[in-house]
Amino acid sequence: MDLTIDKDLEAATLTVVATFDHPVEKVWDLYADPRKLERWWGPPTYPATVVEHDLRPGGVVRYFMTSPEGERFHGRWDVDAVDEGKGFETRDGFADADGNLVDGMPVSTMVYTLEATDTGARMTCVARYASTEDLAKVLEMGMEEGLAASMGQMEAVLAES
Amino acid sequence: MVVSTNLSDAEVDRLFHALADATRRDIVRRTVEGELSVSRLAEAYPMSFAAVQKHVAVLEKVGLVTKVRHGRELRVRSDPDVVDRARRALDELAEAWQGRVQRMADLLDSPEGD
Repeated sequence: MDLTIDKDLEAATLTVVATFDHPVEKVWDLYADPRKLERWWGPPTYPATVVEHDLRPGGVVRYFMTSPEGERFHGRWDVDAVDEGKGFETRDGFADADGNLVDGMPVSTMVYTLEATDTGARMTCVARYASTEDLAKVLEMGMEEGLAASMGQMEAVLAES
Repeated sequence: MVVSTNLSDAEVDRLFHALADATRRDIVRRTVEGELSVSRLAEAYPMSFAAVQKHVAVLEKVGLVTKVRHGRELRVRSDPDVVDRARRALDELAEAWQGRVQRMADLLDSPEGD
């Protein structure tokens, strides 16, 4: 496995290029199979659960990640284009518990490309936010999530007493 | 993409303490919409300039507001440097992807990935 990540602040863009010693079809399966997708999308401390998976143009992929405290953070992909086995394009955003996009929260455009190489496959992922301000909001969102989780805990404690 | 910023218990405690006061919450609300000088803020509350300054200092300590100097005037804003936050967001996204690609490789190497 080989990995390069390019951060472009002005363009609010992250470019990830990874090579794998496995054929393109196997790498495609990591996205196309929801049970495989949830094995790698979230870190072990915030495992992902994919609840809806329609990787077709106009389709939606919905998931949530569970914090160590059991709090769920929802996200969704709105699939815009799919080139079966070769790549796809989605808009990735923050969702509420019903799976609807949260208003005013940043959405990134994700373009995934898979290519065969001599030794396996190359995956390129370009994640682009609308602006640097939007990118900054991603961080604020993380902070708000931390606060929301703590608020929830506080409420639970108050309800007990 | 969901990115988590893990705050330590102590950090959360400080945040809650900072927001546990009605005046401080109001200062955050007012300065979200734009920079305000400490003297302008002080006019809004029935307390001394020094008391308002103290509230601002508590908020500043936990990063909820920053102070920006404009000539002789010290202004308060509740949006720390956007570029700095964007840079940190990019760092976190990059870190998240590092983990993802490693897990992808591990999964491909495992019998289930095959």
